[in-house]
Amino acid sequence: MDFLVFQYPMITIQACLDGLLLGILFALIAYGMALQWGVMNIINIAQGDLVILGGYIAYFMYLYGIHPAWGVIVSPIIMYFVGIAIYKLVINKVVDRDLFISILATFGISILFMQLMNFAFGADVVLANSGYGTTMLFDNNVVLPNSKIFSAFISIVFAICLVVYMKRSKLGRAIRATAQNARAAKILGVNTEKVYAATFGINAALCGVAGALISITFTIHPYMGLPYTIRSFMIVIVAGLGNLPGVAMSGMGLGIFEEFADYILGTEFRIGSVFLLLVLILVYRRFKLSRKREYLK
Amino acid sequence: MKIKNILITFVSALALLFSTSVVSFAKVVGDKIILGAAISLTGKYSSNGVHTQNGYNMAVDRINSMGGVKVGGKTYKFDIIYYDDESNPKRAAQLAERLISQDKVEFMLGPYSSGLTKAIAPVTEKYGVPMVEANGASRSLFTKGYKYLFAVLAPANLYLDVAIRTAVELNGGKGVRIAQAFEQDAFSQDVRLGILDAAKETGSQIIIDDKLPKELNDMAATLVKVKQMKPDVLVVSGHTKGALTAIRQISEMKVDVPMLAMTHCDAAKLSKQHGKNSQYALCASQWHKTLTYKDDFFKDGMTYAADFEKEFGYDPPYQSAESSAALLVFKDAFERANTFDQKKVRDALAATNMQTFYGNIKFAPGGQNVDKPMVLFQVMCDAGGKCENKVVAPLKWASAELIHPIPKWSER
Repeated sequence: MDFLVFQYPMITIQACLDGLLLGILFALIAYGMALQWGVMNIINIAQGDLVILGGYIAYFMYLYGIHPAWGVIVSPIIMYFVGIAIYKLVINKVVDRDLFISILATFGISILFMQLMNFAFGADVVLANSGYGTTMLFDNNVVLPNSKIFSAFISIVFAICLVVYMKRSKLGRAIRATAQNARAAKILGVNTEKVYAATFGINAALCGVAGALISITFTIHPYMGLPYTIRSFMIVIVAGLGNLPGVAMSGMGLGIFEEFADYILGTEFRIGSVFLLLVLILVYRRFKLSRKREYLK
Repeated sequence: MKIKNILITFVSALALLFSTSVVSFAKVVGDKIILGAAISLTGKYSSNGVHTQNGYNMAVDRINSMGGVKVGGKTYKFDIIYYDDESNPKRAAQLAERLISQDKVEFMLGPYSSGLTKAIAPVTEKYGVPMVEANGASRSLFTKGYKYLFAVLAPANLYLDVAIRTAVELNGGKGVRIAQAFEQDAFSQDVRLGILDAAKETGSQIIIDDKLPKELNDMAATLVKVKQMKPDVLVVSGHTKGALTAIRQISEMKVDVPMLAMTHCDAAKLSKQHGKNSQYALCASQWHKTLTYKDDFFKDGMTYAADFEKEFGYDPPYQSAESSAALLVFKDAFERANTFDQKKVRDALAATNMQTFYGNIKFAPGGQNVDKPMVLFQVMCDAGGKCENKVVAPLKWASAELIHPIPKWSER
């Protein structure tokens, strides 16, 4: 235990800002998960691996001399088609089954992706350098890498675009209709098969954006996907499905929580604290639900 | 019925054939000495696994083409059976079992990483199979009383010992203030123990002692503390991800620290991935091509590096060099033992005292090499941004002078 973070106000501010920027990025990944969970009732365990794959796309652009920030545009386009392909090959066979089957299927996809990425890109830890420099605040006491600010900014832009798209476009409305009631939507002429494919594609594209941003801000490695899956799962659980402001808030909350856990408990418990929080929230939800049930009885 | 009988005969004949061919795989077939190795060709250690395999292969080719191994007046050639352990300790232990009990291999080469060596060592020990390993440096490997394990590399606790001692020396013999962050794995924790020992002996003080998780990609919290507490030395060890993350965040957060010491810089291709940002980082290394050790097979480090590059197309990391050295040790031991009796070869290995291009090799009773110090290199960049690793300590091999303290970010 170390309470340094509360002793120096500058460290507190630093932790909050770091957490906030990180949380916005998490929220983007979680939004994709919430979308497909809500529409297709699928919990995608391979979410984190899609993120990492997106990161590799940006990394390869960087290797060939293209600035990795362009990955934010290229990566989602490629990942959209990867998502559609995964849907056509696997997900459409499990989409109507129960949740357990789809978890198993996406778990399999996750393992497959890890191994394929390892095979194709090697097991080295890699990163893409953006060369964006640093922003210093409060007399150089708080430092924010511009790459983190860039990531958060791009995440917000994509999130806004997506919200507008969902509200305004035909496909967006079809997706929302399917999420509300797939059968009714079908009866009213929505091609749900197409909606599902598009949803999965959009989710993969969001992962692609996030991956490109992660390759700029952190490091990527074929086996680093799971922590991102867990975080987005956690955010969605807290926020609930179809609650976009909730996803954004709980994403930022998780970012700050992680940052503080890092300072107080130590970096080694960072991911552990997320797992712990997940368990606590699940237990709490169950407790609340059971009370509600009793009340109904 | 007849067909069934024929089938059964056929299958049993096939089984017999296979079983004899398995037996004929034993240690020495004709003029071949067959060694076994489980190596990570896939999974998270696969890049270093391949470096290890390339090192082994390079030495096998070289020794075979230069006359092989002479035992009992006969010349033998080396051959290696490889299996892929998938970077998984359980699998590695299974494969060691398989190499020994099915393939009848009587001599083993080590896998990559301390963790996998730890998994294999009990197996080789159980069967009394001598194993020369080149990639397991964890101190705990050498305190278990293993009799058949020999490591050509210096143990992990010595990795950054030199850095602390150098810092103290530069501080006029007075103790320094150390900040450290280590991944929670066997290797890095051993490096940490080494630092604790060095700090105790030199009267240094450890002011930050952080642990890093396996899925490390953010150590901003540690660095913020470093910024506030201003230690004299920052030590980071967390394999390649630790090295890469540290340099990325130190440069982004403009953390000024007089000395930065790390492990795994060359495996992380630090100077290539980070360019000028990695400048001035001190890195612990088992070997560097500019060291002046010599042997008859590879001549010296520079020649080894040139030959290796010609064959595999990249500059050899120390993981390859130490793997090549393992075969030189085996050859030497076989010739001195002058027999293939495992016990006698083991005794010959224990009595090894030789110089290779990689360094002097002499084993302590625990099996670790005590005759080869670690070297420390510093990443140095020229004005054009081209970076190179230059040996700065120990002074005997220094090809450049240590730059200390590291210039502040605002002055770069």
